[in-house]
Order: sequence, then structure tokens, then C-alpha cells
Amino acid sequence: MIFKALFQQLLTKPVTNCFPAKYMPKSVVGFLAKVEKGEAKLTPPVPVTEGFRGRIAYDREKCIGCQLCIRVCPARVIEFKPEEKKIRMYVARCTYCAQCVDVCPVGALSRSQDFLLADYDRFSPDLIVE
Amino acid sequence: MKEVRLEPEEMSEKKLEKTCPTCFEVPIGPIHPALKEGIRFTFWVEGEKIKKVDIRPGFMHRGIEFMGTKRNLVQLIYLAERICGICSVSHPLALVQAVEEAAGIEVPPRAQYIRVIIGELERIHSHLLWAGVAAHELGFDTLLHYVWKVREPVLDLLEDITGNRIDYAIPIYGGVRRDIPPEKYPKLKDALRYYRSLVDDFVNFFLRDPSIEARTRDVGILTREEADVLCAVGPTARASGLRKDVRQDWPYFTYPDLEVKALTPEDMGLEVRGDVYDRIVVRLLEVVQSIQIIERCLEEMPEGEITSVPKVAALLAQLKKAEGEGIGRHEAPRGEVIHYIRLEADKEAPVVWKVKAPTYSNFMPWFPMFEDQEIADIPIVAASIDPCICCMERVYLVRGEREEVVWKEELLRLSREKTKRVASRLARHAPWGRKG
Repeated sequence: MIFKALFQQLLTKPVTNCFPAKYMPKSVVGFLAKVEKGEAKLTPPVPVTEGFRGRIAYDREKCIGCQLCIRVCPARVIEFKPEEKKIRMYVARCTYCAQCVDVCPVGALSRSQDFLLADYDRFSPDLIVE
Repeated sequence: MKEVRLEPEEMSEKKLEKTCPTCFEVPIGPIHPALKEGIRFTFWVEGEKIKKVDIRPGFMHRGIEFMGTKRNLVQLIYLAERICGICSVSHPLALVQAVEEAAGIEVPPRAQYIRVIIGELERIHSHLLWAGVAAHELGFDTLLHYVWKVREPVLDLLEDITGNRIDYAIPIYGGVRRDIPPEKYPKLKDALRYYRSLVDDFVNFFLRDPSIEARTRDVGILTREEADVLCAVGPTARASGLRKDVRQDWPYFTYPDLEVKALTPEDMGLEVRGDVYDRIVVRLLEVVQSIQIIERCLEEMPEGEITSVPKVAALLAQLKKAEGEGIGRHEAPRGEVIHYIRLEADKEAPVVWKVKAPTYSNFMPWFPMFEDQEIADIPIVAASIDPCICCMERVYLVRGEREEVVWKEELLRLSREKTKRVASRLARHAPWGRKG
């Protein structure tokens, strides 16, 4: 029977991490603005693991403009800038497979730990890596 | 062997009207709260009993095979991964097998072990997910929350190994993309020990619970003969007593060394009845089996390379030259998945890519399962094969010349035609129109 297990549940700590706040704020945007001002405290998200595939980080200096990443990207995230021989990534399209990281011959791309990337504008500066 | 008829003659629609004038037609779907995905069931019911069922798929077609022929093979892996969110390693595993066969790429043993480990971890999380859904369909939401809570550790483990909870992006042609370093073995073993300790609880909560037994025993029966004739696969077939498993019948990766056997309720000392209860039994047995397989893999895994073609650019060049066709099959949590691929030289994209998801085979067994069931049993019987409609949809059927969707213009045209037809008939029968 399940009753014993359920009573045990009552006494244990909940597994859910109450992110961003213990009680749901009336407006999440308003709450985040308050956090920025220092009026409220954010419950941090569950930390990600070491090898987590988050937003791709780009080292502009190392990039040699070989365009291999553009060839393997399944979501066509990456755009080539011919005049500078560098790339621009639209993170809103990214599927976070990190195949571009594997293919890059000079190690200009790497996986970062960023995952809180929700935005109202898909072309916002947070979502464009160049 | 007993003859199995899909549509007994006395059940055909016209005869049904004659023999069963009290039958009502109950449509469920394409969009319905009892269903997770779009599919339409039409039930002919007499009172509470289902007399006949008709099923129409085709609402969730995404044209994924067509999209695949517009991408190169490395991009294709990530598209294949997104055929199904729950079996998100099964489809790429079948695909890489097909391409490796077509292009003649060898896979190092360590990579094969890692593929098996990820595949079996996925089986554990998929079966737990199904157990939660089944509990929810029975109206036992407490159990749903409990099961999904204990499913979290395996997802965390997958995130730790591969970098994401689902869509692991781990297989690549010729091996895997990430190694499992020996530092992570203790974590894996801890998680397996945790699931081993839960098995007794699961048997108590699911199999010894009187209300679950009452709702699932002798509900949605699929006999052994029906399962065989209708080509059921996966746990659905095994719950009917059919010892059928790709890992046993056509072993691949390192499964031949692991001596995997297809499990049926007999392995738990139960009589096979082929009902929903048996499907729960088989899935619980398979969770235990997966734990054993992973434990053995961790012990036997050799050192060495994880891929035979480490440079992706070289891999792309090799695949571009490759010519031929290949078939890859993998035992996904829901059953057998088959990928067929045809490659031509100097073409980066595959010429043909064909995917068969397990639900496609488990679709026909729904017909005998639904027969003589009650309306209230529809959700649990439908969920008992663990359907994945989106993965299955390969075509959208347009019957004859006419499209299925009738737009305003078409409707107007039909209406005008009918007026014309009726008017001409009226004119023929009207006294002033009669000649002679």
C-alpha cells in the first residue's frame, strides 16, 4: 500500500526547488525588477552539472572564419559575416546540441552554463552572440 | 492457430446498424482531454460496451523525413533526436546504425557500451514516465506525482553524463560524442542502487494495489495470437506472452555479450493474460533488467577510443563519398524502431530516409484491445501501449482527388451542385415537366 510512503513524504523536505521565489509572485517581471533593485531575494535555480550544454560562448579573437560550424549546425543558428570573416549566432534558434563546439578546429566556441535565456525579443542583445 | 479477423463481418458498419439499432457513435479526438496527442477514435457503443472502433491518425504529420533529405548527415542526427522527446536516443541510435552500415564505419567497443548505457537509462526513465501516466489515467494522481518524483534522479544522471535532461546529443557516426569517465561510475552505481531499492515499493504500489488491479485486470486484452498476427512490438507484445525483443532476436552493439532475454509476465511467475496489468508487470520487469544491464556494462566496459572518426570534418567528407543503403534497428522503450537510409556519392543529404516508430506497429493491436471494453476504460487502454502519435505519423492521406478539408468555396460549390441536381429532379417529376 502507498499510505506509508505518503506519510513519509509529509516529513521529508520537498524535492521541488521554489524558483524564482517561494510563493508565486503576482507578476514575475515585476518581481525580477524588484530583485534588480535589491528589494527582493531570488531563490537560485538548481545548479547545472559541469558538462551542461548551455548558450554557446564565442571567442572572437580565435575564430578563423572557416565556416565549419555553419555546415554542421542543425538549426541554422549561425550567420557568416563575410567582410570580417566572423560569425553571428542567433541563440533563439539554438537547440544546444553543441556540435559546433565539437567541430571548431581552433576552439573558438565553447559551452557556457547559461540557461535562463527567456526573452520577449528574439533579437535582444542577450540572444545574439557575436 | 486461431484466426484473427480485424473487422468481423457482423461488425461492419451497415450490418451494425441492422443488428445493433441501439448503438451510438462516440467520437473521441482529434483533440480531447483524454488523449495526449491528436488522433481520432470513433467508438460504436451499446450502453457502456464498445462494439466497434475506428481509428484515424494523420493529424500530427510533421514531414520530418522530407526535412531530413534537405540536411547533411550530421545535422540529421539532431533532427532524428527530435522525432520523439522521450525516446530521444532511440531514434539517433537506429539512424547511426543505418548510416554506419551504409558507409561502412566501424564503432569502437567502448562507444558501443556507452550507447547501451544511455539507451538503458532512457528505458528506465521512459517506463517510469509511462507508469506515472498510467496512474494518472486511472485517476490515481498521488502515484503519478510519486513516480515522477523518483524519475528525477535518472534524468539528473543523464544530464550529468550527456549535458542535458533530454535530447542527449550523444551518438555520432562511428561512436559517441562524450565519454563516461571512471569518476562518474560511483554516481551511476548510486543511482542504480536507489532504483533497485525502489523495486519492492513499485511492486507494492502498482501490482498489489487492489484498486489498480481491479481497474487493469482483464481490461484491454490482447491475446498472444492477436499480438503475433498484428505485429505488436515492445512491451505490448511481451505482455501478451510473445518473447519478442530486438536486443534478443537481432542483437546489436554489445547486447550479444550481455545475453538480454525478452521478458514476459511468466518471468515473475504470473499467468500471461495480455491485459493492461500484464503491461505494467512487463515494464516493471524491464526497469530491473535495464538496471542489471547497466551494472554489467560498467563492469565489462573496456578502455579505449570512443569514436573511430574523431574529426567531424573528416567524417563529413567520408560520408559524402559513401554510397549504399542501410537499416538500423533498436529496441526503444516502446518497441522496435527502424531507420532505413540510402546514400549517394557526392550528395551530403540522404536520398531516402524512412523511419518506423514503435507506435506504428502497436497501432493495430488497439482494435482487439478496445472490443467489449467500457467507455471509462478508453483512456487506460489507449495509454497502455504507450502511444507516441507524433513519432508515428509518416503520411497525410488525401483520399481520391478531393482534399479532406472542405473550405468555404468548396462547400459553396457543393451546395450549388446539389441545388442544380435537386432542381433537375424536381423538374423531371413535376407534372408540367413530364413528357408524354
